[in-house]
Amino acid sequence: MNKFIKISLFAACVALSFTLPKSGGYQIGDTAEDFNLKNVDGKMVALKDYNNVKGYIVVFTCNGCPYAQAYEQRIINLHNKYASQGYPVIAINPNDPNLASADSYDKMQSRAKQKKYPYVYLIDEKQEIFPKFGATRTPHVFVLDKNKVVKYIGGIDDNADDASAVTIKYVENAIESLKVGKNPEPSLTKAVGCSIKKKRV
Amino acid sequence: MKGIITTIFFISISINVFAKNMHNQYLKKDSTPTLLTFKQLEPYLTTNSDSVFIINFWATWCGPCVAELPYFEKLTADLKGQKAKVVLVSLDFKSHIQTKLLPFLKKRRLQSEVVVLVEKNPNDWIPKVHEEWSGSIPATLIFDKNKRQFYEQSFEKYKDLKEIVSPFIPINN
Repeated sequence: MNKFIKISLFAACVALSFTLPKSGGYQIGDTAEDFNLKNVDGKMVALKDYNNVKGYIVVFTCNGCPYAQAYEQRIINLHNKYASQGYPVIAINPNDPNLASADSYDKMQSRAKQKKYPYVYLIDEKQEIFPKFGATRTPHVFVLDKNKVVKYIGGIDDNADDASAVTIKYVENAIESLKVGKNPEPSLTKAVGCSIKKKRV
Repeated sequence: MKGIITTIFFISISINVFAKNMHNQYLKKDSTPTLLTFKQLEPYLTTNSDSVFIINFWATWCGPCVAELPYFEKLTADLKGQKAKVVLVSLDFKSHIQTKLLPFLKKRRLQSEVVVLVEKNPNDWIPKVHEEWSGSIPATLIFDKNKRQFYEQSFEKYKDLKEIVSPFIPINN
């Protein structure tokens, strides 16, 4: 009997895994799984390590992509503005360094040091986390609430080229909405970015 | 004498312009590529004609894009004389057009048409290119008046690109 239950449970799981969307990652309203990734200081970091936060600004970004570079200072500014309000930036480099040499762990460390990143800069070494989120490019932002529910997915603002010419600050607007208990509008935006360099199998 | 010098001067200018047009059909006479707003680009993204259009979104800063450019160039060559057109839409930063894009285009002497999209809020225009496009490049759109295919990916080999184009139009090579 016990064995039968186990087998049927297994069968149910298999069936379920086929009905779940294969790719695409989290949708708005999904709860993100926690992760445990290596920071540039050598320590492992998980979302559960953050105490008393109201949410998370998860940013898939990297060293080498010019779009990520264009947004680097704006990501630093986001953390400086919102970490103290309970919304820290968690930067994750999703690229395979064999395909993007500028994005090696060493170079992440030196970039973080040089620019004095006020936030953690993690490496998705096994490239298992970015597909779960459904990140496709750098930079790609996922704003989570304190229960790790995905509330916003998309770009940082509406002008990569020129920070001074930005008219809509999508991520800031999303956090301002969360702060007053509202769902961000828009919750989903599109932005140009560098494709994530995925290990070839 | 003065007249002859003036004539030679103008002839040399026109030869120069002619040569430039031969090599760089996408370059205007003053050597700047055509800059388009999304509204101006939109006519490139649909057709009522019998032609097939292959639109590749790229930028000089995008490694995989630059790596696959030769395949699009080969496609332009292989589709010569057929009702098909390859357009390379550069998403280079506006501030990099003079310093990076232009030198790149001069060096590569691309035969495919190149235009530059200069547009703000990507959240407005990306979904109009294709609903499923998240915005990463390279990305390629292929369409004729009946069907439309979109690929948010790079092509590792010419064969891969050929494979997605050939259902639309037979390729010479």
